[in-house]
Amino acid sequence: MSHAALLVAVMAAVTILLRFLPFLIFTNGRKTPSYILYLGGILPQAIVGMLVVYCLRETDLVSAPHGLPEILSVAAVAALQAWKRNSLLSILGGTVLYMLLVQLIF
Amino acid sequence: MVIRKAFMTSLPVMAGYIVLGTGFGILLRSAGYGALWALAMSLFIYAGSMQFVGVSLITGAASVLTTAVTTVMINARHLFYSISMISRYKDAGKVKPYLIFALTDETYTLLSDGKIPEGADPDAYRFLVSFFDHCYWVLGSVLGSFAGEFLPFDSTGIEFSMTALFTASFVEQWLSAGSHLPALTGLLSTALCLVLFGPENFLIPSMILITVILSALRGRIATPESRKSDGRREEK
Repeated sequence: MSHAALLVAVMAAVTILLRFLPFLIFTNGRKTPSYILYLGGILPQAIVGMLVVYCLRETDLVSAPHGLPEILSVAAVAALQAWKRNSLLSILGGTVLYMLLVQLIF
Repeated sequence: MVIRKAFMTSLPVMAGYIVLGTGFGILLRSAGYGALWALAMSLFIYAGSMQFVGVSLITGAASVLTTAVTTVMINARHLFYSISMISRYKDAGKVKPYLIFALTDETYTLLSDGKIPEGADPDAYRFLVSFFDHCYWVLGSVLGSFAGEFLPFDSTGIEFSMTALFTASFVEQWLSAGSHLPALTGLLSTALCLVLFGPENFLIPSMILITVILSALRGRIATPESRKSDGRREEK
């Protein structure tokens, strides 16, 4: 098995485990610990922030164009989302802008 | 008829899954992995954000440990979808394993209100809604993979779709969250770890730091009202 296929299998197995685990552990009689409920409510917001930084990890701010395509496109996505609250529109708009910027301008 | 009712319920998810699935297929193709990979990932992982991140994990030849821990962190919220569906899916019988497997953000949103159309068998209805959503996602991914091969334009920069996905989701959660502390914790901890550990090794330290800080803040953050609203726009 190639390393890539191994990673796909790991992602699938862990995801399946996460979805099934509560059904195996917290059967009707047992209550979910409040710490777990707390983390469950709060983690997603932090993890999305982490993923934004993760996506931008290779951005080079020091040499030209100083991350300008990324900065402009992220700003465009954020503005579109705040304005229309339509994720598909924001994603599409930001991606098209980024592609135009890196292909035609920078 | 239950098929028609389930199909009608699933319609709002159709557009989103096909468009984002297509984006995923194109991205995966541009990373050098074709339709069979798109099919396998969408069929067996079936978690949108995770699959986008998975493309970078695969192309960066991440370790098994990094991949497993990253999957836990990104998909941890599925634990809570499952928890809230325990009693509802209790007597689902033969289709129960599939219902649990296919519980994505969007399917959860469609089924979590517990409403069943009049006269429809609950298990058949829930199974079909879950199944239709899964089909849209797989279909979109495979279409995207083929489209990626014959794109009539230069696809340089298409990888930004992943950044855009998470940025949109971040802004959406920011606007609807009671407290911005969790979002800021995520951004700043990760930025700090990126500076300290470099772009190859910062993911696991970031996740540890985030968990530690959020655990320390417990009691100071107004508990988000939110498991429901968290997921709604979050994925795919």
